[in-house]
Parts: sequence; C-alpha cells; structure tokens
Amino acid sequence: MGRYRDINEGLAYLLLGVFLVFILPAMLDPYQLSLFSKYISMAFVAIGIVLMWGYGGILSLGQGVFFGIGGYLIAMFLKMEASAPEIPEFMVWSSMQALPVWWVPFKSFTLTVIGVFLIPAVLAFVFSYAIFRKRISGVYLAIITLALALALSVWIIGSQGQTGGSNGITDFTTLLGMDILEDEAKEILYFVQLGLLLLVMLIASFIIRTRLGKILIAIRDHEDRVRFSGYNTALIKAFVFTVAAVLSSVGGAMYTLQVGLIAPSVVGVMASVEMVIYAAVGGRLSVPGAVVGALLIGYARSYLSENFPESWLFFLGAVFILVVVAMPKGLAGLAEQIMARTTSKESSL
Amino acid sequence: MNIIIMQMFGGLSLFTILLLMAIGLAIVFGLMGVINMAHGELMAMGAYITYLVALFFQHYVPSLLDTYIIPAIICAFLVTFAFGYFLERSFIRFFYDRPLDTLLATWGLSLILQQLYRTIFGAQEVSVPLPGWLDGAWQPVAGMQFSLNRIFIIGLTVLVTVGIYMLLYRTRWGLKVRAVTQNRAMSGAVGINTNKVDALTFALGSGLAGIAGSVFTMIGSTNPGTGQLYIVDTFIVVVFGGVQSLVGTVLSAFTIAQSQTTLEYVTSGSMAKVAILLLVICVLYFRPQGLFASKVRR
Repeated sequence: MGRYRDINEGLAYLLLGVFLVFILPAMLDPYQLSLFSKYISMAFVAIGIVLMWGYGGILSLGQGVFFGIGGYLIAMFLKMEASAPEIPEFMVWSSMQALPVWWVPFKSFTLTVIGVFLIPAVLAFVFSYAIFRKRISGVYLAIITLALALALSVWIIGSQGQTGGSNGITDFTTLLGMDILEDEAKEILYFVQLGLLLLVMLIASFIIRTRLGKILIAIRDHEDRVRFSGYNTALIKAFVFTVAAVLSSVGGAMYTLQVGLIAPSVVGVMASVEMVIYAAVGGRLSVPGAVVGALLIGYARSYLSENFPESWLFFLGAVFILVVVAMPKGLAGLAEQIMARTTSKESSL
Repeated sequence: MNIIIMQMFGGLSLFTILLLMAIGLAIVFGLMGVINMAHGELMAMGAYITYLVALFFQHYVPSLLDTYIIPAIICAFLVTFAFGYFLERSFIRFFYDRPLDTLLATWGLSLILQQLYRTIFGAQEVSVPLPGWLDGAWQPVAGMQFSLNRIFIIGLTVLVTVGIYMLLYRTRWGLKVRAVTQNRAMSGAVGINTNKVDALTFALGSGLAGIAGSVFTMIGSTNPGTGQLYIVDTFIVVVFGGVQSLVGTVLSAFTIAQSQTTLEYVTSGSMAKVAILLLVICVLYFRPQGLFASKVRR
C-alpha cells in the first residue's frame, strides 16, 4: 500500500506540475493567470492544514490569523515604499501624526521577509505549546483559534489609523522599484510562487515520510499511548502547528503581492474556516490534493460569484457537507480508490 | 452614582442578551456535545419569523400590532424547535461520534441557510416596529433612564432561564435528558428511548435560539449575516462557563457582560471586545475545563 501511495503521489505531482507550469500560462491571459496566482497562495495554507489536521489531527480554525500576519507585513512594507517619505495616507486621514512604532522595522525588505517567517513561527509556537501542554485539543482548540481569528479581525477593523481598518492596506504598485501590477512582473511572480510552492510541497511530503510523520499519525489516532511511550506529544504538535502557521504566513505574503491589497476579510472567521475546506476537498491526507482543492475552490468562487452570485454560498455549504458525509478523504481519496481498482484489475489478469 | 447604576444596567442588559444567546447552545453543545455552528443561523431564523409575524399583523390586524411580539416569540420558538427536530433526525445524529466533522458539516449548513435568507429576504437589513408600550424609558429619578425594551428582555430571560431550570431539574423529561447526558448506554438499558431524548433536547436548544433571535429584533435589525456575527461569542460564553454546567453558562454570561461594558466605558467598543476575547483565552488556558465546571467523572 505504501508503494501505491508513493506512485499515486508521484503521478499527482507530475500532472499538477505540467498543468501549472505549461498549460495554465499558455492558456490564460495575464489577468486570469493572476487570479490563479491568488488561488495558489491559498494552497500554501492548505498544505499546512494537511500536515496539521490530516496528519496531526489538530483542527485550527484560526489559520487566517497567520495568513493575515504574512499578508499585512508585506503590505506594510509595500505601503511605506509607495508613500515614502510621507506616512501612508490612511494614517493621515485618521489624523495620525507619525508612523506607529511597530511599523518602523518593516521599512526594510530584509526585516520584512524575516518577519514573515519568524513572527508567525514564534507566536504560533508559544501559543500552541502552552495550549497543547494543557492538553487542550479537539473542539476546544477549534473554538479558541476561532476566537483568535475574530479578535484579530475586530482589532484590525477597529484600529483604522494603524491598520487601514476595514478597507485594509491598498494602493501600492512597486516592490523594490519593480512594478508588480504590470503583466510581465505578474508572470514572473507567478513562476516564483510556483517554485516556492513546489519546495513547500516537497518539504511537506518529506515530513510525512519521516519518523516524525509516523509519530504525528500515532498522536492523531491515540495521543495517550504516544505520550506513555515517552514522547513529548505537546512539543511535536506545537511543531506541526508552527509549520502550518509559517506556511499560512507565506501564503498571505504571496496573496498580498499577487492581489495588490490585503483586507481584514481574509483574516476573519469566515475566511479561516474556509481555508480548512481547501484541504478537506482535496483530501486531508494528500499534499498535492490540498493544492488541487485550493485551486478548485478558488476557481469555483470566482466563476460562480461572477456568473451566478446567488449560488456561491449554496455551493460552498454543500461542499462542506458533501466532503464530511460522502468523501472524508477528499478528491485524493477518490483518485486513490480508482487507481487501486485499475491496478488490481491489471494484476489479476 | 448615577453613572455606576446606568453602567450596571447596561451590563445587566448585555448579560441577559448573552445568556439568551448562549442558553440554547449550552444545551446543544454543553449537554449533548454537538458543535452546531449553524446555531447563529437558527437565531437569525427566529428573527426573520418575528419579522414575518410583524408583517402579518401590519397587514391583517393592524389594531393589534402592539401585541405582536408575544405571538412572534412563540412562533419563533415553535418554528425553530420543529426545524431543530428535523435537523437532528435527518442530519446531526449521524455525526455524534465525530465532533470535528459535525463542526464542518454544520458550518456548511450555516452557509446554506445564510444564502437562503439572502435569497428570500434580500441582502439588506430588515427591522420590525417596536410596540408602543416598549418604546421609551422608565425614569425613576431625573438623570436615570432604563429603556423599557431592555427591561422586557431582562424579564423574558429570567422567565426562560427559570423555565429551563424547572424543565431540566424538576420534570421527568429533564431527568431523562440528564441521564442520557451522563451515561447513554445505561440510560438505554433502563428503558429510556435515547434517540427520542436526543432529538427533543436538540430541538429545545434550537427553539431557545429562536427566542433569542426574536428578542434581537427589538434591539437591532436583522440581515442574513446576523447569525454569523453572534456564533463565536455564543460559543465563547458556553466554553468559558464550562460545558455541562448551566449555572456556569449563567455566571459566564454575567462575567463577560459586566467586564465588557466596563471596558467599553474605558476604551472603544471593538477594543473592549478584543480584550474580552483574549482574556477569555487566557482564562481558559489556566482552567481548560471552564470557569465554573462541575466536577464530573469521565
């Protein structure tokens, strides 16, 4: 069975790679391509959720928090680049006199990039290690993380002068002097993002295949036994929570670059729960599945809300229910079943 | 002095609203252990039923418009009760042993209900006329005002809470509910129809959500996203109080409401909310079983 899985996953990687690298850029015009870049940024989050939820059994409904941290950090950098040497105009409108202190470090690109990785990592680790040591898990963790997502979005909307409020941070065009809204730059960004995505996918697939991956599965299925065997399960769970948080943050940073704005709507409760469904649709146990799930749901959202705006929430709601009721392993599970059936037929011949 | 009393009244009013919101969930989530993310949409359903009843009175019996709120609350309860019963039988009962899946599935349900409200009632807010006898304020001393609809809500909450307490702790049916909560297999063995008890308990929790929704129309307007707005707060109240403890829910709603109104006095509304959420998370860190959990053997 293990070999089947490896073959299947290899096949999925290959198909996905051909689709994203060759077919999509050839078929789509730059505007549509940038839409897909947006969905790909969500794929980072979905991969994190596969590791954390599919393998670790930790359902966090607060991934929007880390997505928002990454997204807002990059947006702060871009905004200050756009408005330098003045302070950003939304601060002026809210009659702020000077830049808030916590904005200052992100004038530097290097510090911003480090921040995108380090800040969510530290926050996620400290938070989750504390929580897991108290053995808070399951539904309670879901509710607590949901409360975090709510708190962050309420805070962002409430502090107009420091965060841009409900409009978010918008109106920036250049990254280190390069115009990111231009078609050519968008294409370059698309491929940069693809490269990063591939790297992340490989790392995730690798983690799953190491001993750590095995222990994660064991924790998911029977945490007490793993603890009694002498493992510090809280530490392992905190580690995977942290990895997922960093992936979310990277996704958020990519999102800001691709879309050209960040707003609290991608941080809050709705967005955070939606992120879980990307992983669930693709298959909570499959890394390529998560990417496919993010692309599919993202595409369905744009397509349906453009053509049949009434139907989008019906569709999304139905997907939530369908995944839980009919296909707990998502599309990847479906594909695996089909593969297993065809190969077993071949071998029986 | 006046300020302090008004402040306390504000807290009391928020307390009753939080409690009304949370008491249905305390039964569904606390007693039964079902994570119903569509609970907020059940409140919205109650609110829309109230709106419909108000419309009905306006068109057919305008002379009795002042009294519509009473039948509206009853209708809201009955409709959401029936819907909850149907929901449990057709949907929820298949997920009893998979709490996280219940969470996702009911979230899906909540999205569908939201869109349904939007399709039927439109995306804009709807509001109902406030009955004349609830409009205005009671002014015992100059400078002190207690708005009548808030007093009405406080009274109703007391009524509902006492009613639920009596139902759960003083009736035979309540005994069955508590028995099933504590030991499902044993309750079944002594002849309690646990399926029926489950369905009715869930329906009761849903019906209470309907009452809460109905009451909300008196203090604000309703839109399709109303339920989404309240759901996290509602869960926080229940978890903070300690699940499986109705008294805990009451105390938790009181604590949260009083601290929120006090904080709102010092800082802005949204900052107060953020502070409360973070505070609750911190407290839960030290007491994961909730503030007022009763000691139960597992």
